[in-house]
Parts: sequence; C-alpha cells; structure tokens
Amino acid sequence: MDILNALVAFLNFVFIPGLAYGSQLALGALALTLVYAVLRFSNFAHGDTMAFGTMWVILVTWALQSVGITGGVLPTALIALPFGIAITIAFVLATDRAVYRFYRRQKAAPIILVIVSTGVMFVMNGLTRVIIGPEEQNFADGARMILAPNDFKAWSGLAEGLAIKLTTVITVIVAAVCVAALFWFLQRTRTGKSMRAYSDNEDLALLSGINPERVVAITWILATALAVIAGTLYGLDKSYRPFIYFQLLLPMAAAAVVGGLGSPLGAIAGGFIIAFSEVFVTYAWKKIVTYLVSADMAPEGLLQLLTTDYKFAVSFAILILVLLVMPTGIFKGK
Amino acid sequence: MNKRNLLMFAGVALLFVATGFFQSWNLSLQILIIGVLSSIMALGVNMQWGYAGLFSTGIMGSVALGGLAVVLVSGQPVPEGWAAGGPRLMLALGFGVVVIGAAVYLYNRMAAGTARRAAMILLLGAGFFAYRALLDPAITAIEAFNPATAGNIGGLGLPSLLSWPVGALFAAAAAWAIGKVALGLRSDYLAIATLGIAEIILAVMKNEDWLARGVKNIIDLPRPWPVPYEVDLQADPAFMAQAAHWGFSGVEASTILVKLLYLAVFGAVLLVLIYFSERALNSPWGRMMRAIRDNEVSSAAMGKNIKARHLQVFIIGSAVVGLAGAMLTSMEGQLTPSNYTPLRFTFLIWVMVIVGGSGNNWGAVLGGLLLGWLWLIVENAGPVAMSYLTMPLPDGVLKAHLIEAAPHLRLVTLGAVLLLVLRFSPKGLLPEK
Repeated sequence: MDILNALVAFLNFVFIPGLAYGSQLALGALALTLVYAVLRFSNFAHGDTMAFGTMWVILVTWALQSVGITGGVLPTALIALPFGIAITIAFVLATDRAVYRFYRRQKAAPIILVIVSTGVMFVMNGLTRVIIGPEEQNFADGARMILAPNDFKAWSGLAEGLAIKLTTVITVIVAAVCVAALFWFLQRTRTGKSMRAYSDNEDLALLSGINPERVVAITWILATALAVIAGTLYGLDKSYRPFIYFQLLLPMAAAAVVGGLGSPLGAIAGGFIIAFSEVFVTYAWKKIVTYLVSADMAPEGLLQLLTTDYKFAVSFAILILVLLVMPTGIFKGK
Repeated sequence: MNKRNLLMFAGVALLFVATGFFQSWNLSLQILIIGVLSSIMALGVNMQWGYAGLFSTGIMGSVALGGLAVVLVSGQPVPEGWAAGGPRLMLALGFGVVVIGAAVYLYNRMAAGTARRAAMILLLGAGFFAYRALLDPAITAIEAFNPATAGNIGGLGLPSLLSWPVGALFAAAAAWAIGKVALGLRSDYLAIATLGIAEIILAVMKNEDWLARGVKNIIDLPRPWPVPYEVDLQADPAFMAQAAHWGFSGVEASTILVKLLYLAVFGAVLLVLIYFSERALNSPWGRMMRAIRDNEVSSAAMGKNIKARHLQVFIIGSAVVGLAGAMLTSMEGQLTPSNYTPLRFTFLIWVMVIVGGSGNNWGAVLGGLLLGWLWLIVENAGPVAMSYLTMPLPDGVLKAHLIEAAPHLRLVTLGAVLLLVLRFSPKGLLPEK
C-alpha cells in the first residue's frame, strides 16, 4: 500500500492531462454551441476554423521570433494570439457575408447549412494546407516545465515524479479567464442579453428591436475567438497538425451535445466529461493499482480498457448514450 | 435522358478525350476508372440523401469495410495464423454479439428505472471483461505467427469477384447497426454520429493487426476475373504480335488493355445499378420515399413506417458504397487503411452528388465522373499551372512552396464549386424531375 505514490501517479498521468485536454475541448465546444444557439446549425467547418486560426498564430509567432520579439518565459504564441484571432475573425465574417447570410435570409433548413459549412470546411482546409502545409509544426517556446519530475522527487522523496508543464498551466488559466469573460458578457452586458434573447426566441427578439445581423456578427466573433484560442492552446500543449484539428470536431461536438447543444454551461461540463472519460478509459492503470494492492496481488495485464487509438470510440459511445438516454443533454439544450 | 443531359455527358466525355490527347490515354483511362467507381459511390449516397434526405457522413466507413471484405474473402490464407487462434477469436466475437443482443433484449423487456440501469451496467461491464479475456489470448497467438509478412487470420483465397457482394454485405450490416441506433436522431446529430462511426471503423482497421495487418497493409490481392496481369500479357507472343500489328509497344498495349477491361467490368456494374435505381425510383416505392423525404408527418399519417423506410434506404445506400469500396480495393490489389480520409471518401462523394443533382441517378453519375476528373487532374495539372502563374516571381523559397502546395488547391476549388452550386443552382447540373 502506497497511497501517496498512487495519488501522485494519478495526478501526473490522469488528472493533469485530463484537465488540460478538458479545458481545450471545453473552449472548442463553447464555440460550437454558441454558433448552434444563435445560427441553429452544427458547424462542420469548426475544426478547420481552429486549424486556420492556429496557423496564423504560428505564422505571426515566427515573424515575431525573426525580429527578435519573444515572450521570454512565456510562449511567444501568446503575443501572436490576438493577431491570429483578428485575421480569422475577418475571414469568418467575410464567409458569413458571402455564404451563410443568403441561407439565413431564405430560412433554409439546418441540414442545408450543415452542408454549406462542409463547403466552407473544404476551402479553409485547402487554404491551411496551401499556406502552411499538412505537416506537423511545433511552435511552443519559452520555459517548458514549471515543476520538473526530478525536482518533485527530490523534494518529496517519493518514487513517482510529478510534472507540470507551463503550457498546461497556461491552458487552464486562459480557459478559466475566457469562460469567466464570456459568462460575464452573456449575463451582464446589453449585447450579451440581446444574444440570449435572439437565441431563445428569434421573433420576439426582432420585435423588441434587436438587430439580427449584429447578433450574428458578434456570435461569429466570439465563436471564432474561442476556436482560435482553443486551437492555439491545443497546439502549444501537444502539437499542430491540421488533420488532427479536423478530427477534434468529434470530441468537441460530443462535448457540446452531452452538455446540451446551445447551453454554454453544458459545453464546459461536456468538455471535461469527454476529456476525463477518454483519459480514464485509455490509461493503463497497472502502475496505480500496483501501488495500492499488496505485492503478491499485483496485476499482470496493463489494466487498460482500450488503447489510445480508440479514443474516438469513447467520445462516440458517450455521444450515442446521451442521445439515446437524454437527448437534450445534461443542461437541457435545444 | 433528354437533350440537356446528353449534352452534359458529352461535355464530360470531351474532358476525358482531351486528357487523352494532351496528357496520355493511360492517365485518361485511369481517371475514368476512378470516376466510374466514384459514380457508384455517389449513386449510393444519392439513395440516402437524394431519395430519403438522410445526411450521413460515414461514407468512408462503408468504403473501408468494402475493402476489408476483399482481404478476408480473396486474400492469401494464413493457415498457421488461423490455427493459432482463429476458432477462439470467432468464439470471442460471437460472445460479444450475444452480450450486446442480451443487453438489447433486457433493455426492451425491463421497465425503465434503477433496476434496468443496474442490470445494463452489470451485464455490459461483466460482458466486456469476459470478452476481452476470451479475445486477447487469441489475438496474441495470431499476431505472433510470422509478424513480418503475416500475423493475421488471412483470407479465404476465393476469387476476387466474390468479395464484391461480401463488401456490400459488410457495409449493409454495419449500416443496419448504425441505423438502429442513430436514425431516429435529428438530422445534424445523425451527421455527427456517422462521422464518428466512420472514424472508429478506420481505427479498428488500422490497429487490429490480426484482422488485415493494420497499417502494415495487405498486398498482392488477386485481380477480379477477366482482368489479366500486364506481365503475363507481355510474356504472351500472340499478344505482342497483335500489339506490334496495331503499332503499340507491348508495355503500352498491355497497360491500356488492362485498364479497358477494368473499365468494362466496372462500367457494367454501374449500368446494372443505374437500371435498378431508375426502376426503384420510378416505382411506388420510389414515390413513397420522395413523399417521406418531402413531408414526414403527412407520410406517417398515410400509414408509412418512416423509421423502417429510412433504415431500409440507409442500408441499401451503404451496401452500394461498400460494393464500390470492394471494387476499388480489388483493383488496387492492396489494402492501405491510411489512404482512407474523410475528405476524399466522404465529403468528395457528397460534393459529387450535390453538384450532379441530388435525387437524380444520372446526376450522381455525372457528378462522379466530372469531379473524379477534376480531383485527379488538378492534382496533376495544379503544379504545372502554378509554375506558369509564378513565372514572374524570382526563384526562392516562396516560389518553391507555392508549387509544392499547388495540389492542395483542389480542396479550395472543390469547396468553391460546392458553395457556388448550392448558392446558384441548388438542384445541381441535372435536376431531379
């Protein structure tokens, strides 16, 4: 029995990775759910918006580095982030003007908008590949570790090390700040209230003089900013590959649906549910269990429910389960 | 077929002829074969979307399952691998199916509540661990045999043609399971769910080495019946004499003959499918499907079983796509799971259907041929065009990067084509009558 070592191993391999991944998913799912709440369709171009925005962050990061500006201990990408967000917002607003607005005026069926968004997905995906290429890019600089495993071992005298990456801490802090700012905006400001009103009842909102085009534009701005932040944090924490971002669509959509499509609070809860389930199911528990049981009872197998290659299966299984058992999600979405 | 349709097809034919003249006939035929296969896939998607209005993004999964069928039916047998763990593997898989069946049975039989929830968790949890306990030793045993060249259960070694209907069957079985779960959902939930299923099917094919060697790929799958191998043709003096008589080199004549034969076989399958699709679409069944698509509520009021009809058409459409997937793999002679990407095998097929004309079988074929051509020709011609466009630029990193990135421009092109068609001609090139 070695509860302390088991606890440290749990924190190091399960809790901290899950927390970081959950924060990234939560931001992405928030963006998806905002678009759904106001524009009423599932945006298939969402993953590629993240890839597109993160690409600009990377390009600006390189430009800053080449003129000698860096973030010091912090990643330079944080300085580049506002530029990336601005460029992507400009692109998305232009897309809305050129593509989505026509269907909105026609009051087209949501499924038509979904198909239209796959067209936008193609364009953004292609542009990303043309500009930066499909290869992996690593753009994290600055300090790597806040707490190195060996320092922790020396300090605590335990066999297990605890590592805390700087990017993990940044991810959690940035996500918390974004979520707090978003909720303040939605609950307290006039514009945020008009967004909620428009989402709840479009006709009534129009009647009370809310400008629908303004609400839609602000929704795109918020959703794009969240998507680019989520994409950049994911890229800093792991690495940047456009294809992976497209695949993130599934866990993010699952998170939004689990929480209740259209519910911001639900998207955050859903993000963490999906992330922790993925880590729980794909982690090999052998090490932790070995610490907890007596030596002769130590397990032989890895105690891994599924290999990490099947992490999609986890989001998918949760998605299907929620859709079958409580289709409106935890927080009663639309 | 009216005049407009014939003109459209003549236009597409002209594209292929031009490719033959200006590039090479080999390339033109190659693109045409892929175009015919894409048309078959588009026919399947058209059944789901055009007839019934189901938006499924799991096309890639059906294509991949079709490919898997070729490996399992006509791949080389690995008797040692099978003997090592085959029976136990089958037992485990059968056990898994029984557990799921029992769970579904219990779910339907018990009253909703805590008791049912507990029973489900207990049954599925215990079932999962028992299943893994049965399965894992079998997999280890199979993968231990000669992992450099085998390590899988092997195929049955049957003729390649037989694997095509099996591919359709595989895709149909998967569609049945997916449809049972996901078809009752709202349209965009169905899209997300099917996207996930396709990724899972692909993950299984990439990681389960015992099944089809995963990313180590299976090569040397036999060709379908009438198509000979080029080397055999070139070794045949009678063929070489005939080729020389017509003024071709032996190599060129053999590659072209092989491609023509593929084209004939695939074209025949396409024509048979179109014949039956047209018959179905113009039958009472087709009218019923359109009625359901256009107004579910009133069709339900007329006593039509919406859910059953949706499931039916979802299965048939997936089976057609699976058939095309099997044909593709048996032509390529190898199964490469990493080649299956959602952009190429899900969304490109979608663009074909929408550009061609949703609900019109000939439209799906036209879209398949046209976009199949565009997709491959932009890949080939893109860098050439880009090198002309960038002529004024000085040689350097930027120019090299632009030329290197040119093939990716086809994604932008296709997205733009899809958006333009949806905006200005939403019924597609050949509208539904």
